[in-house]
Amino acid sequence: MSLGSLAHRLYSGEVSYDFVGKRRRWYAISGIFLVLALVGLFGRGLNLGIEFKGGSEFTIPSSTATVQQARDSAKAAGIADPIVTEVGQNKIRIQSPALTPTESEKVTAQLSKDLGVSQGDIGVTLIGPTWGAEITKHALQGLAVFLVLVVIFLSLYFEWRLAVAALVALVHDLLITIGIYALTGFEVTPATVIGILTILGFSLYDTVVVFDKVRENTKGITSGNRMTYSEAANLALNQTLVRSINTSVVALLPVAAILIIGVGLLGAGTLKDLALALFVGTAAGTYSSIFIATPVACQLQERRPEMKALAARVEARRNAGEKAKAAAKKSVDGSADGGELAAVGSDASLAALTSTSAVSTGPRQQPKKNTTRSQRKKQ
Amino acid sequence: MAAPTKTAVKPGRTLIILGLILASLLAWAFWPGLSHTPRLGLDLRGGTQVILSPVSTNGVPVTDDQLKQSVEIIRQRVDGFGVAESEVTTQGSGENATIIVSIPGTTNKAILDSLSTTAKLDFRPVLQEDYGSPQPIPTASPSASGSASPAPSASSTVSVAPKSTATASATASSNGAAVTGGLRPAADTPSPTPSPSASAVTTNVASSAGVSSNNGLPPIQSATNDAALKLAFKNLDCSKTGATKGGAADPAKFLVTCSTDGQLKYLLEPAAVQGTEISNAQAGIAQGGAGWEVNLTFTSAGAQQFADTTSKLSKQQPPQNQFAITLDGLVQSAPRVNEPILGGSAVITGQFSADQAKALANVLKYGSLPVTLVPSSVEQISPTLGQDQLSAGILAGLLGLLLVVIYLVIYYRALGLVAVASLLVAAAITYSLFVILGRQLGFTLSLAGVAGAIVAIGITADSFIVYFERIRDEIREGRSLRAAGDAGWIRARKTILAADFVSLLAAIVLYFMSVGSVRGFAFTLGLTTLVDIFVAFLFTRPLVSLLMRTDWFTSGKPWTGLSPDRLGVKSEVVPVGRQSVVAASAAKES
Repeated sequence: MSLGSLAHRLYSGEVSYDFVGKRRRWYAISGIFLVLALVGLFGRGLNLGIEFKGGSEFTIPSSTATVQQARDSAKAAGIADPIVTEVGQNKIRIQSPALTPTESEKVTAQLSKDLGVSQGDIGVTLIGPTWGAEITKHALQGLAVFLVLVVIFLSLYFEWRLAVAALVALVHDLLITIGIYALTGFEVTPATVIGILTILGFSLYDTVVVFDKVRENTKGITSGNRMTYSEAANLALNQTLVRSINTSVVALLPVAAILIIGVGLLGAGTLKDLALALFVGTAAGTYSSIFIATPVACQLQERRPEMKALAARVEARRNAGEKAKAAAKKSVDGSADGGELAAVGSDASLAALTSTSAVSTGPRQQPKKNTTRSQRKKQ
Repeated sequence: MAAPTKTAVKPGRTLIILGLILASLLAWAFWPGLSHTPRLGLDLRGGTQVILSPVSTNGVPVTDDQLKQSVEIIRQRVDGFGVAESEVTTQGSGENATIIVSIPGTTNKAILDSLSTTAKLDFRPVLQEDYGSPQPIPTASPSASGSASPAPSASSTVSVAPKSTATASATASSNGAAVTGGLRPAADTPSPTPSPSASAVTTNVASSAGVSSNNGLPPIQSATNDAALKLAFKNLDCSKTGATKGGAADPAKFLVTCSTDGQLKYLLEPAAVQGTEISNAQAGIAQGGAGWEVNLTFTSAGAQQFADTTSKLSKQQPPQNQFAITLDGLVQSAPRVNEPILGGSAVITGQFSADQAKALANVLKYGSLPVTLVPSSVEQISPTLGQDQLSAGILAGLLGLLLVVIYLVIYYRALGLVAVASLLVAAAITYSLFVILGRQLGFTLSLAGVAGAIVAIGITADSFIVYFERIRDEIREGRSLRAAGDAGWIRARKTILAADFVSLLAAIVLYFMSVGSVRGFAFTLGLTTLVDIFVAFLFTRPLVSLLMRTDWFTSGKPWTGLSPDRLGVKSEVVPVGRQSVVAASAAKES
């Protein structure tokens, strides 16, 4: 079956995955990930780059120098305990505690002499100890402002319940991404922070696309009795599933390209850090907009009195449908069946009213999509 | 739902408008004789970036005015080194502010050192004053008025002050630096200046034991006013690179230095009053309403020192009746003193414009900053590494674009090609904007910015996917191709705008709340999001609209990407008999 025809069957409701109904399962999966993320975060902690801790870093482009040579040279220049690593193609990185410009000058001179690299070719980064706190503060402020603005915007564009659901999904993505960084020990640099902040936009893009369809499907839903909010939302999820997959794949492809080039060619640095955070975050974002955002939105919506009433009506209608059938069957058999109908209670009259149409659509609980939509549009 | 027919009226015209916009953007970006590439950030071409954070030394929060003054001092120092395209920018305000200094090319340690020294403001009596550089032809001969010679103005022209002028004869430079004025109360004498010394040709600077300087450049200091220092003054050429970068000057020593614009040079006594003794300085309109002046108030200790010194100076002959205001080892202004000023407050008069007076007042007020600038981050990137990063960025961009193109064409066929064309239009617009913004507004493209642009490929393509999927939805609803194109757009439009708005929001918040490289990324992301909306509305939509009218598309061939068959729509009516089990189970569980 081609993806196109699968898309059609998802759209028409012929094939449907129950995302909303099985929410406990998804919550459990996310819960496990979140617990792992938190354990990683508070247990292992993040591996912060020198931009956050303060320190010095020297990057030496050389195809001949060995790590050992670089270490000896750095020690000779007065760095007590240098961390020397090989990064990318033909590059050696030396990290040390914070140095003054004068000290760093001494180190580059020594490295240049010992390793045969021109002094101007050695990259140097010196970070003061308070700088990291500064960046973190700015990032957190930015995050807070953004979250507030987004909730306001989404509340205006959709409604507050959907905004809260989107926020839950967003926080979920952020925590998982940060948790993965903590668990794997990937280095956190300012580029990582950029990547994580960008996830905000990405994760929400997907959520907005899904919620737009949810809103479309649930518009005026309370005036009917065919579908509960959750069912309509689940249909929306299925209908936008292919779209979500496509947008996510297309968003991830360039990120993957950055990751491949960043790791393969440069080894470490801005590109790799950025792309890694984006890759993890976008993947989590796609998952959460389907498995977290919409189910949470449904849970919030189903608590509204009108949605409860709707669910009860839908239930009643279906029960009535079943019973009318059963009754019809039984009455053919000749057995009386008044008591059961009465048990439906206050919805009995409604059930009776709708039972004819329910019977007329036969065993299909969900009417064909085309009719539903055209009917709704006429409303 | 009457809108679809309305919006689809003139797709051709929209495309022509877009074509014109694109053509003019490209023409602007690729205008002959101008740079055709974006301005690259230091991480892509090599250079040094220093981020300085202001730290208050006296516990009082740093104010914006103090910050502004710090930036002026830093800019003066950096510009003084004469490295082309050096930049000093600030972000934020007060204590949270950061000053970012970008110096392209290979690192100059002297510049780095100069950034972290603290500036000092002093009042020093003038011993000698002269033109800052050898004057090949004296542009003004001594005037008829006896001993007074024309005042070398701070601007490049030498103005002759008419003897009859009631106010001080000094002219101020356009940037407010090196203002020679008068300290009131003042009798009206012409500005005293020595005649130009045509003999000062040699550029070798004396370096005898007592004289200290940095490569023979100001500030040149000595504990005594000895012959070596005088020689250094004679030989000093303020037009030389680095002569006006300034630097820390010991207030207890004699000083040979230049004015901030290099027009004049001075031999100065040790500081008579230090800048910390100034309690206030304000620019105000001069009495009588003619021009601007700067009002100055001293602390009680400062008032005493000032009174003593002005008493002494007022009796001197020009140029030794002048008081040089030195900031960071460079002369900002050297007003003459005409009589003792005893009250602890003084007025500096001159032909100031409002801006010049305010600039001088700021220098006086904030020159002795209770603020030190701490280098938070120093990043030196060698040109080779920069080149590597640039090629890696370009390669990643091309690879990302290729992957997206392949995916789109495989999945959406002909529509995918529309998306690819849209991406190319977006890429052309974005590149042109990078070039134009770099040229006009000094926008620099950093590695983070390149990454932002690559990431934007995905976001831009997402808009097309949302649109195409909407069209497919409408076809599944049983609409005709053309109607689906229109109705799909109505629905997709809202989604695209909402989703892009969120992206834009993220970019704007990131831009204003962040520091350093994050900003470059946020800017690119915001810019590309706007370009995305622009392209989706003015290119993709009308193009699809036109294509939907072609016979080939309406034929529903598989390669259109919209054939009902490929979408799984077997016939106009979906078979009714099929069971839909899942919805039922969903209903049960919820």
